[in-house]
Amino acid sequence: MGRLKTLTRRAFLVGTAAVAGGVAFGVYTVRRPHENPLLGDLEPGQAALTPYVRIDGDGVTLITPRADKGQGAYHVQAVLLAEELDLDLAEVRVDPGPPSAAYWNTALAPEAAEFTIPAQGMMRDMVEGGLGAVMKVMGMQITGGSTTVADQFDKLRAAAASARETLKLAAADQTGVAVSDIRTENGAVILPDGRAIAYGDLAGAVAGMDVVQDVPLRAPAQWRYIGKPMQRIDMLGKCTGTLDYGIDLDVPGMLQATVVLNPAQGGALNRFDATEAEKMRGVKAVLPVTGGFAVVADNTWRAFQAAQMVVPDWGDTSNMPATMEGHWQALSDAFTDDQQDSRQRDDGDVDSALSGGKIIEAEYRAPYLAHAPLEPISAIVRVDDTTAEVWTGTQIPRFVQTNVARIAGIEADAVTLHVQMMGGSFGHRLEDEVVKQATEIAVQLKGVPIKLTYAREEDMTHDFPRQIAMARLRGKVTNGQVEAMDLSIACPSVIVSQMGRQGISMPGPDSQIVAGAWNAPFAIPHHRVTGYRAAPLAPISSWRSVGASHAGFFQNAALDELIFAAGADPLEERLRLVHDDLAQKVLEAVADMSSWDGPLGNGRGRGVALTTSFGVPCAEVIEVSQTEAGLKLDKVWVAAEVGRVVDPVNFENLVQGGVIFALGHAMNCEITYADGIAEQSNYHAYEGMRLYQCPDIMVRGLENGDQVRGIGEPPVPPAAAALAGAIFAATGTRLREMPFNKFVDFA
Amino acid sequence: MKLTVDGVAHEVDVEDDMPLLWVLRDELKLTGVKYGCGIAQCGACTVHLDGAAVRSCQIAAGDAEGAEVLTITGLGQPNALHAVQAAWVEHQVAQCGYCQSGQIMQAAALLENDSEPTDEVIDIVMSGNLCRCGTYPRIRAAIHTAAAKMKEA
Ligand code: FES
Ligand code: FES
Repeated sequence: MGRLKTLTRRAFLVGTAAVAGGVAFGVYTVRRPHENPLLGDLEPGQAALTPYVRIDGDGVTLITPRADKGQGAYHVQAVLLAEELDLDLAEVRVDPGPPSAAYWNTALAPEAAEFTIPAQGMMRDMVEGGLGAVMKVMGMQITGGSTTVADQFDKLRAAAASARETLKLAAADQTGVAVSDIRTENGAVILPDGRAIAYGDLAGAVAGMDVVQDVPLRAPAQWRYIGKPMQRIDMLGKCTGTLDYGIDLDVPGMLQATVVLNPAQGGALNRFDATEAEKMRGVKAVLPVTGGFAVVADNTWRAFQAAQMVVPDWGDTSNMPATMEGHWQALSDAFTDDQQDSRQRDDGDVDSALSGGKIIEAEYRAPYLAHAPLEPISAIVRVDDTTAEVWTGTQIPRFVQTNVARIAGIEADAVTLHVQMMGGSFGHRLEDEVVKQATEIAVQLKGVPIKLTYAREEDMTHDFPRQIAMARLRGKVTNGQVEAMDLSIACPSVIVSQMGRQGISMPGPDSQIVAGAWNAPFAIPHHRVTGYRAAPLAPISSWRSVGASHAGFFQNAALDELIFAAGADPLEERLRLVHDDLAQKVLEAVADMSSWDGPLGNGRGRGVALTTSFGVPCAEVIEVSQTEAGLKLDKVWVAAEVGRVVDPVNFENLVQGGVIFALGHAMNCEITYADGIAEQSNYHAYEGMRLYQCPDIMVRGLENGDQVRGIGEPPVPPAAAALAGAIFAATGTRLREMPFNKFVDFA
Repeated sequence: MKLTVDGVAHEVDVEDDMPLLWVLRDELKLTGVKYGCGIAQCGACTVHLDGAAVRSCQIAAGDAEGAEVLTITGLGQPNALHAVQAAWVEHQVAQCGYCQSGQIMQAAALLENDSEPTDEVIDIVMSGNLCRCGTYPRIRAAIHTAAAKMKEA
């Protein structure tokens, strides 16, 4: 029913497919250097056009595989579409893919390609010896939110522009009016006499036409939406309680379930006694799942209650170190030649520079951190003999489909996935344990949709947290300047842990161990950054900004110590050292915004940090003051270089949120394990930041670069170090380990 | 037992000790009320019970019998927003939005009691409502806007 245009060597082109009641436009990306990896498997009627734009009698719908975990991904994509297709933003509908396999074929979606194709291609790149290629591959696999804008900025606008011009052509054919006399407005083609033909009424005609390719994109001066304040398309639903998240979904005939897993991470279950639980009201079944048991009931709370009454006999427990000392020891032991993973920065001659004179040494630590988005994870799965249907909020649709199929013993394309709106993720939904367990339950109760909801306690204690990490600094200063910096960072590989759960092995160095540190945009004469790979400890996963979340702190905190030893000003010395134009401009921006002018005195202090992560240089200045109640965070100034700010209000909100997320964890949070059991089970022990601790946060987005970048993650890495710098300036206490509330009191 | 929610009387057959949260979500399908922690630490489940903001995960269904329960979907609707909701939309507060039902219900109750809350009062009253996305600066601003609007009205 559809057809795909001949591919050329262009970066991307626009294709169409006829769909029920209308037509779909989509961008087809030719991935280089790999020839289009998707085309070989295409069957007639399958169009690898994702995201794509469906035009039918109901209007214009964007079908996108990009998950929206709260960062406004749907909104931003709708803006790009509305801009070129002349739609009223409020009229654009976004659908993560309706149930029909013809619309939602994850096997062909670029999202899937990002996970599977590069993983294979990576082996090749590895053999060819390109570390850069590996990093690119890894970046694609793990970034999630921050890639949406970058990826779609041109593609979606191109699809929309081609759709617009093709619709005009169809209208010209139908009416005999010259196409040059036709314009578009508000979802309709407008004829010279003022008559309007809705796009939907032209969809049938367009489905048979050749697409107008290479339509020039509108110049910024013509933009109606991009760069202007506007209302996010999901705002009304979210402020009125009318928008459903995955956890809110109700499927007819559905039962409620919860799981209890071996409290020790990764531990097994021998057997359980459910005699008491099974007698409880509403309980339908108590069933085994991998590593634990599930209670199925007619109400979530009843399932929670009955789960308490099951008596488990837990099996083999986790093989991670019994104490946190053991975890730290494993990192400490990793600083050896054998465990060296990467040395991507090696400027000057560090060894000779550090062979004599006064050497400054320090050690830094970053703890495990849970993701803990406010919506506990959940999934609805229904399995029958040959098909399965899944409703869940996920960032990895392809893995979900494959895993459900494997557990249910059916073909992957017999699994229909409905991606749901997510109440946050921060990387949590790059994992799919909840879907696997829901499938295990559903296989035992065929035909019944099972909604598995984690209790917060299970969600937090069985999260795969942010990696634990340690760094060591050796450095030297001369004549009031930073002369040498040798930074060594050790942690287990988050990519290996995460991909390992999907059965994918990741050979080669893990650039995330040193992300944000090796590429620090400073010209220190003798400068070396070495990554060391510790043995696997607790299973870990990507946490907002991934490796830069620890390495950005280490790099800036270490640089601060050297700058202090040199007797220089933290901001001025960074400005002297910075060698990258875009990074320099963000530093200058925060200097200007904060009117930085040396020490404040009187129990007040300021700190500054700059990290480039996900291609975005982001600088932050934080101001604190000592009060009777403790340290108070007064103000934060942030500047980030993103090429183009698509929605300034959403941009500011995301940057503020990133800073708050980073600071809340740096101040107040850690996950610790005793005998493999996480010791923090709910928000009372893992508070993040609450409103009373929130400083004023001033944001500036810079548009000097020519690459459009996402902003979900880059505000996170610099925040902890800027705060530590501010606390040192205010109190003289140097903080080298998070969370800071172990060492200082916050108001 | 009889429950009045958003002005509508319901008859529900549940245990006395089932938390109101789960009666609303699973029995009455009023899923605008969110589950976040179950232990009064996050505020996502906040509703009004006879006008007072409470954590519905901590209220036994039996104790809500005879009371007026108001949820986010009863507070206002997309075409008839409550002043707090209107301020939330104006300030574009939500990111993932999962906490916002509770934030809005807490803020609406605050403004019923204090028509001009200071930042200190806002800090105290709103700090029981966790926002993992970090929308606090906008929450503060939106409360001030709502307060001003409600005074005009
Ligand atoms: S769910 Fe009730 S306070 Fe968190
Ligand atoms: S907006 Fe996501 S938790 Fe508040």
